[in-house]
Parts: sequence; structure tokens; C-alpha cells
Amino acid sequence: MLTYTLKRLLMAIPTLLIVITISFFLMRVAPGGPFDGERQLPPEIEANLKAAYHLDEPLPQQYLRYMGNLLQGDFGPSFKYKDFSVTELIAQGFPVSLEIGGLAILLALLIGLPLGIIAALRRNSGVDYTVMGTALAGIAVPNFVIAPILALVFGVLLAWLPAGGWNGGALPNLVLPVIALSIQQIAYIARMMRASMIEVLGSHYIRTARAKGLSERQVIWRHAIRPALLPVTSYLGPAIAGIITGSVVIEQIFGIPGIGRYFVQAALNRDYTLVMGTVVFYGALIVLMNLLVDLLYSALDPQIRYDD
Amino acid sequence: MADNLLEIDNLSVDFQLPNGTVSAVKDVSFSIQPGETLALVGESGSGKSVSSTAAMRLLPELARTSGAIRFKGEDLLSATPKRMRRIRGNAISMIFQEPMTSLNPLQRIGRQIAEVLEKHLGLNGRQARPKVIELLEQVGIPEPSRRIDSYPYELSGGQRQRVMIAMALACEPELLIADEPTTALDVTVQAQILALLKDLQARYGMAILFITHDLGIVRHFADRVCVMRHGELVESGTTGEVFGNPRHAYTRMLIDADPHGRKAPVDTTMPMLLEAKDLRVRFALKKRLFRASEYFEAVRGIDLSIRRGQTVGIVGESGSGKSTLGRALLRLLKSRGEIRFDGSDIAALDTGSMRPLRSRMQVVFQDPFGSLSPRMTVGEVISEGLRVHHPEFNRRQREAQVIEALEEVALDPAMRNRYPHEFSGGQRQRIAIARALVLKPEFLLLDEPTSALDRSVQVTVIDLLRNLQQKHDLTYLFISHDLSVVRALADTVLVMKEGQVVEQGTTEEIFAQPRERYTQELMRAAFVDDAA
Repeated sequence: MLTYTLKRLLMAIPTLLIVITISFFLMRVAPGGPFDGERQLPPEIEANLKAAYHLDEPLPQQYLRYMGNLLQGDFGPSFKYKDFSVTELIAQGFPVSLEIGGLAILLALLIGLPLGIIAALRRNSGVDYTVMGTALAGIAVPNFVIAPILALVFGVLLAWLPAGGWNGGALPNLVLPVIALSIQQIAYIARMMRASMIEVLGSHYIRTARAKGLSERQVIWRHAIRPALLPVTSYLGPAIAGIITGSVVIEQIFGIPGIGRYFVQAALNRDYTLVMGTVVFYGALIVLMNLLVDLLYSALDPQIRYDD
Repeated sequence: MADNLLEIDNLSVDFQLPNGTVSAVKDVSFSIQPGETLALVGESGSGKSVSSTAAMRLLPELARTSGAIRFKGEDLLSATPKRMRRIRGNAISMIFQEPMTSLNPLQRIGRQIAEVLEKHLGLNGRQARPKVIELLEQVGIPEPSRRIDSYPYELSGGQRQRVMIAMALACEPELLIADEPTTALDVTVQAQILALLKDLQARYGMAILFITHDLGIVRHFADRVCVMRHGELVESGTTGEVFGNPRHAYTRMLIDADPHGRKAPVDTTMPMLLEAKDLRVRFALKKRLFRASEYFEAVRGIDLSIRRGQTVGIVGESGSGKSTLGRALLRLLKSRGEIRFDGSDIAALDTGSMRPLRSRMQVVFQDPFGSLSPRMTVGEVISEGLRVHHPEFNRRQREAQVIEALEEVALDPAMRNRYPHEFSGGQRQRIAIARALVLKPEFLLLDEPTSALDRSVQVTVIDLLRNLQQKHDLTYLFISHDLSVVRALADTVLVMKEGQVVEQGTTEEIFAQPRERYTQELMRAAFVDDAA
């Protein structure tokens, strides 16, 4: 298990290297630069700035310099947020994104799993059709549509909750963004859980469980739910990644100071180092989440043992 | 009779499907006495499994049941669900055909057996454990105190079936319903499981309702027999009566359904068509970064030669490497060693150079349900090979070839626009044969082509294969675990075990005087001697 984990982490290095290299050069291919603004800077000041940030060097040399710094854990300074390093910005923003994302995935599981199970047990009933119909709508409507509607209805018209802002992470400020983030995931998880539950309920070992004289409740709790969770588990890795990248939009709409917001602004401002920093960070996060999910999977399914 | 353990009285079962009602069981009556073995015999669709599942009240909800099922005088059809749960796994228990999937894959086997003891005897986990170990020992699981903590995937099919039996016997039931319990197992394992059931029956004095399509088993195993067909009971009586003097034509046909006839011998001056020398196939078990570090050798140095017009039968149990050998010979798998087809070495040919040869060597697989694409019509399935090998054919020419191939396998060419799911297993296997024949091959690899079919259908497919061989001068490599089928088709037989040839010779030699112990064991377990 430990060797497997280490091996997976080692294998993440080339993945990240490719991600970093591609984004580095793509970023530079995009027209414009960090010091282009509405006001044209005097050429000598711009030249000084470029020299200070080593932007006057040939591109391969800049790339090597960046990689060298990265190896030492230095993401470099932000071009736009002059007094902050990229590391500081990520350290500030990530806990916020993590809080919203974590709550959203928790909510999605807490609601999506039971809904899926209930729909499977009452297959082809009114309950099933209602749950699945709503879920389909939840998948069809993107969160950048849901978010402003939530903000409008609950924040502005009803004024029950703040329509935006962070306020140091106060509970009322969390509610709308977390809901907006989780709706799609609830829908996906419910549908997936329903499908896998139906498959498990038709399997031979459920027949065996019934032939033992177990009650329906015992059959479901002891023999059906765990196997049915397997496909959902393997979906969780991409889902968590999706939630955190999806929060780019949500953070922008609700004005939440997470890393997603920096990501968008940095890209617009050609804040090269900040974009690179968030890309590397997201990449590492996705790799890590997938690893965690695979380890969780092996805890659920004894046939999966990572001993090599 | 008051002493009947189970009485099935005018049982009918209908399934209410969206497109109408299907009667699976019609007015069936039979009874079982304590301690006896009743065999319920029939081919697929006869209603034998539905009748027994009805006794456990485990049919799906869309089934409508009428009549009466009485267990020790108590009507089970009107029993409350709670009462039924007291009976299931306790007074009546059941084992199934699918040992590979009938156990919960995520739970240790000990836990799954203990569950029955906890449920019906009120034991707790700690109290149940010694009893579980004892049960595992009784069903012949080696090292039961260690195996109790195994997961199902760590056990073989035969061992899993033993675990199922241990689970079924945990509460010492009065009736054991065994639904084709050995069908998915190798013949030697089947013999072991049957012996185990007999032994346990003697020890516990339980009655067994044994559901099977295999008359060889019935003859050796049952006290009385009920024969079912299309949901009706056509004949019943003691095993001696039914086998000695079958009254119904269907019963006679079933008893007679062992493949008959022998293949006409081939002139020994015919040239060799396919030869292999020291053929080896290995699979990687563990993979390091770039190359495998551990191998499993599935085929270990096999020599083989087949003359034109000959049929070589390969016999062996699962895992013996027989299918791997067949696929390697056709270069569908990577192998080492020499393979010569029609005189030229094909072992080193690349995919492109192999392609023209592919039309001369074709394959028919075991699974008539999985091996035809469900999204293609039968005509498309058959003509696909023509598109590859005869691009010069136009639509009409291809059509004509498809019609000819279908007529060849005795199917109505008008059915070529239908999809595979509309055909029965036997028809699908004919389609698969037509698909191979349309390319006018010289060599056919037949990989268990009749194993998934009912006995009576098997006979017709075997006749078809024999006729086609004669008509088109075909050469067959016939792979099967079924000795009686091989006997009816093959000139020479190779017996395989663990990737090696244990024994080979002409069909007559092998069946009349098997030299090796393993071959003798196979014959005994398959009951082939009584058919002769």
C-alpha cells in the first residue's frame, strides 16, 4: 500500500511536468503581457520592469529559471498583486475554496446517495420519476445559470441570505455558493447510485441473501449498498476536481476570495506567475484526489489490493 | 400422502410482461418425501427453475402464482413474508447454478455463512465462528480456520460452490433445492460436489430437489425423476422406470440426446494443413514499469499436426490452456514456437501479411449470445468478412453469398435482416457458423461451439458440423470439455492439463483404453461410459 502510494506520487511528476510546460508556453503565446494596460508605460520603465522580472531573457532561459525556482518551492512573485508572492496568494485563497468545495461535495453525497437508493428501491414509481426528472434538470442547467438565479431569489428578492461576499466565511455567506456548487453533483450522484443499486439488486448474491431468509432491510444494508457505492467512488475523484475548478465561476459570481477568482483574474491580466501557480496547484490537487479515491476504492473492494 | 415434505399442487406461474402474459409453469404437481432426491429435468425454458424458485417465494414481483405449495402441510403461497423468512435458509435452503457470482464479493466467506446462523439460530459472531469452521470442514474446504477469512475471489468455482453448500446446510434444512449446482463446474469438480451432496444428505437426512438438464447426473443421483417441457410436467416416476421405460417421446429424445455417430476416417496420405512445434504462450502476471517480471505459462510446448479433412479434438478442463492454444494457432495471441499453415511458416508473419490467410482460417466461439454484435443484422454480421476479403464484390454478390451461407446452415435466408437477439442459442450458433463459412475457409477453429446449447440442440449442431465438413472438405480443430461431443466429431484427441498434452491418440483408442489416470478420471466423472 505504502509502496503503491509512493509509486503513484512519483508517477505524478511527469504528468505535472507536462502540464507545467504546456501551460508555460501557451501563456506566452497569448498576445499581450503583464504590463499592458490602458495607460501606456514609458518604454524605459517597462524595460526596467521586464528586466526586474527576467522577462527580457529568451523564452527557454525563462522556462529553465521558472522550473529551477519551482523545484525550490518558489512560485515567484505575482505581477499584479505587487506585494504578494504567488505562494502567499494561494495560501490565502485555497482554504476558502477548499471549504466551499468540501462542503459542496459533502452535501452532494448526503443528498445524492439517499435519493439514488430510494429511487432504485422504488423503481418506476412516482418517487423514482420525480427524483430522476429533477436530477436530469439539475444536470442540464449549468451552475453559472443556477448561481445568479439563487443570488437573485434568495439574496435580492427574498433577502434571506447575502447575495454575495465572503464576510470571513460566515455561515449565511456560505449557503448559496455551496448549494450552487453541489446541485449538479447531487444530480449526478443520485443518478449513478440509482443505476448501480439497480444492477446490484439484480445480482446473484442478492438472490442468495434473500434465500438465506434475510429481511429486505438486511439485504439492502448488508449486501447491496457497499457494492453499489463502488462506481460512485470512482466518480468522486473527477467530481472533487470538477467542484474545485467549477468553483472558479461560482467564486467569481459570489465574490468569494478563493483561488478560483485569482485564476480568472490572473489569466485576464497575463499575470504569468500567478496563472502558472494556480495551474500547478490544481494539477497536483487533481492527481492527489484521484490517488485518494483509488485508495478508498481498495478499502471498499477487497479484490483491489495495491501491493506492488 | 401425509408424509410428503413438499407438495406442489397444480402450480401455475405466469409472468406479466409489457407485451402480454407468458406462462412459465402450467398446472404442475409433484411431491418430495423426507430424505429423498427428486430430480426435476428439462431443457432451458422448461420451467424447472421457476417451479423451484416459486417454492421459496423468490420469484420477481411480476410473477403471478396459482395452485398450492405445501411444506409439511403448511401452504407457503399464503404464508406471511415474515414466516417465509423463517423458512428460507432454515428449513428450506437453496444453492444456485452460478457459484462465481452467488457470493457477495465484498464480504469474507465466514461472515456470509455466519449470517445464516445469526439470523436463524440467534448466535452472535463469536459463537458462530467455530460452527462456521466446522461447516467449512464438512464441505471439504482445506484449512478451514484460515479460509474462513477469505474473500470469494480467492476461491475457485468449486470451492465457492462448497461455501454455498456450507451456507445452505448451516441450519440443517429438511429440504435443499439445488438449481443446476454443478453446471458451471468442470466434470471432475462436478463429481466431487455430487459426492459431497450425497454424503451430506446421508448425514443430515435432508431431501434434495435437484434441478438439472444433465441426464447423466440424474441417473446416478436421483431416486425419482420429473421431466418438464414448456412449463408442463410430461413424465414422472422412479429413476429406474423413467430411464428403463420412458413413456413420453420427449423423455426418450432427452435420454437419446447424447451425440451419436462417428466421423468418417481420413486418408492418412492427405497433406498436413496445420502444424505446430513446441508452441508456448505466456501471460504476464505482474508488470513492472516496462516489462513483465512474472509470467504464467498457459501453453507449455505443444506439438500438433492436423491433416486436411481431419478433426482434432482438444479436451481439457477450464484453465487447461485449450482455448489459448486454439487462439495461438490462429495467431490471435502472441506465442513462441513454430506454426505452419498449408506448408508455410506463419509464426512470424505480421498483422498485414496474416490478413489474406484469415479468410482461410475461421473461428466459431462458445458464447452464442456474446459473440454476435447486437447492433448488426444477421446479414451484416455474415457479410462483414466479405467486405474485408472480397472488396471487389458488389452488394448483390455479397447478398447472394449471405443467402447461400444461411441456407448452408439450414436457416431461412429471409431472416437475414433480423438482429441476433431474435434468435435462439442454437440458431445463433448456426449464424456464427455461417459467418465463418461465407469466406470459404479451409480450416475452422471450433471453440466449445455447443457448450452453451441444450442437449437436443447440440445434436443438430453436431450433425450440421459433420455434414459441412464432408461437403466442403473442411479441417476442424474442435475444443471442448464435453467428451461425448468430441467422440462424435473427432478423428484424434488431445487431452490437455495445465498447458500440456497429457495423452493423445485416435478417438477410438482414447475412449476405449485411456492410458493416463487423468483421462480415466475425466471419463468417469463425465459418465461417458454409460452412454455407450
